[in-house]
Amino acid sequence: MKTAVIVFPGSNCDRDMAVALERVSGRAPAMVWHRETELPDGTEFIALPGGFSYGDYLRSGAMAARSPILRSVADAAGRGVPVLGVCNGFQVLTEAGLLPGALMRNAGLNFVCRTVPLKVENNQSLFTSGYSAGEVIDIPVAHHDGNYFADAETLDRIEGEGRVAFRYAAPVNGSARDIAGVLNNSGNVLGMMPHPERAIDAAHGGTDGLRLFEAALGALV
Amino acid sequence: MKVQVYVTLKPGVLDPQGKAIHHALEGLGFSGVSDVRAGRFIELEVADEVSDADLDAMCAKLLANTVIENYRIERA
Repeated sequence: MKTAVIVFPGSNCDRDMAVALERVSGRAPAMVWHRETELPDGTEFIALPGGFSYGDYLRSGAMAARSPILRSVADAAGRGVPVLGVCNGFQVLTEAGLLPGALMRNAGLNFVCRTVPLKVENNQSLFTSGYSAGEVIDIPVAHHDGNYFADAETLDRIEGEGRVAFRYAAPVNGSARDIAGVLNNSGNVLGMMPHPERAIDAAHGGTDGLRLFEAALGALV
Repeated sequence: MKVQVYVTLKPGVLDPQGKAIHHALEGLGFSGVSDVRAGRFIELEVADEVSDADLDAMCAKLLANTVIENYRIERA
């Protein structure tokens, strides 16, 4: 299985993501620099990692969303290749227009860094089929701009279409309807603020993130 | 030519930063401020032949996130 992690200047969870992908797929991912224009041939899974790409200049994820490699990522997403964006990766996906809404400064203005309970709202997706519907899992968050915003019409639409993958079990950052993770229309792109790659080993304090990778990568075998 | 771009949050989008500034102003003893909203000011130096349509595209594609922000362009 060929996976890829996109690396931007300022990414800082790229190696954690690589560890998670290698552990589950048995093969180290390609680390693809933002200036590349093509993904490696046959890439079957793409991860956009957390961090502070381009120093969060202009808006979180704004510059990364316009970097050369994102055109290839968008093309691949359009062909149905699974794309997982975590934290800054979620911000990049919304800025690139691959997911609806925007991620704004946390309502409390504080950087939030702790493990939070997440409710699995949709367990029918490629990424979430390893969980039961309504299951509450513990996944760490670490972000300043995780306050999900979309207009009421968009929120109603994505809720109605089952595109809210995860919801915070209790308010964390002011997100509209406590939304923590969103799927695209075809279900092959997931953006989420919590970090599943930080919960794949008992030494992390929990392994609830592992099933996300097992489900998504297992479906591709 | 200088072009000034003002990026502001759309009405109805909560602005926690503006709220914090408002609280800080009150803390300093300034009264009579009923609301504060923070935005972004960007100054561009552009060639004269850059069209209004080009400037608009720059704002729509990068300088503002139109999901949450409005923009206003002024040629100086």
